[in-house]
Amino acid sequence: MMQPGKKVSELDKNVIRALQGDFPLVEEPYKELAARAGVSEEVFLARVKEMTEQKMIRKMGAVLRHREVGFSANVLCAWAVPPERLDEVAKAMATSASVSHCYDRNVAPGWPYNLYTMIHAHSRAECEQIADCLGRENHVSRRVMLYSKKEWKKTSMQYFSE
Amino acid sequence: MTELTTFDKALLNLLQGNLPVCSRPFAELAAQLGTDEATVLTRLRWLKQAGYLRRIGTFFNSARLGYAGTLVALQVDEDHMQSVAEAVNQYVGATHNYEREGEYNLWFTLLTQTPEQERTILREVRALPGVHGMMNLKSRKKYKINVQFKLR
Repeated sequence: MMQPGKKVSELDKNVIRALQGDFPLVEEPYKELAARAGVSEEVFLARVKEMTEQKMIRKMGAVLRHREVGFSANVLCAWAVPPERLDEVAKAMATSASVSHCYDRNVAPGWPYNLYTMIHAHSRAECEQIADCLGRENHVSRRVMLYSKKEWKKTSMQYFSE
Repeated sequence: MTELTTFDKALLNLLQGNLPVCSRPFAELAAQLGTDEATVLTRLRWLKQAGYLRRIGTFFNSARLGYAGTLVALQVDEDHMQSVAEAVNQYVGATHNYEREGEYNLWFTLLTQTPEQERTILREVRALPGVHGMMNLKSRKKYKINVQFKLR
């Protein structure tokens, strides 16, 4: 059983901090990152591979600006799913290519929604269509569409920065 | 959108999936795309400068690093929205903060290393002037975490 926060070595923290910075667009990017972490490129690459195997790193890759690449609309859609069907419905909705995130969450007084899907599309009308379709396919009619009005902050987490 | 070439789309689709972990990752990508390293690097620098590519990043599993996450929904008076949003933004662990339509009109994600830290932050946020409701929406299971856009 993982001891939260206790298993991350100082070396790994340095590797994580280096990876959180800008990834250099140069021929040997890991050499630069390794220098930031104060280790050799060999050690750095070995740690990255091992941290991936240990599932500390989920993925490395490009992060696109979705508006610029054409996905101009998105919505956080929260569903009220009967608890006994939650797992099945969540699994089904997660398979939709339009859904990027799918999490269950606890309910609150006056707030019966227990499943959250982030839907991406090209317009608000298309977001509604996709949600209608997901609701129909999974026999869930109660939902709330949480459209964003303003992005106040969007960053990636800076781990071990405090 | 129209400025992206077929090559750009192929490059971004490939790079969204997995960045090679080796000494010359862009040479390896180039080989997969049937081109050379210099072309890949030139194009990536352009895509970044033009704003299509936000960054090349590492996605960590926060739980494996000892962090716990939650989604917090607030009811905020319209005339206090800016001050509340800016106060929330000050927390390093508040990574996404959006004003949304509906009775709960400010939503943020929060990552913390201890339950005490989370409780403290939530208590501070709840006490901000203009905040008159708060829900702490914990997740038990993440069915999908995958922001990947297939470009055609």
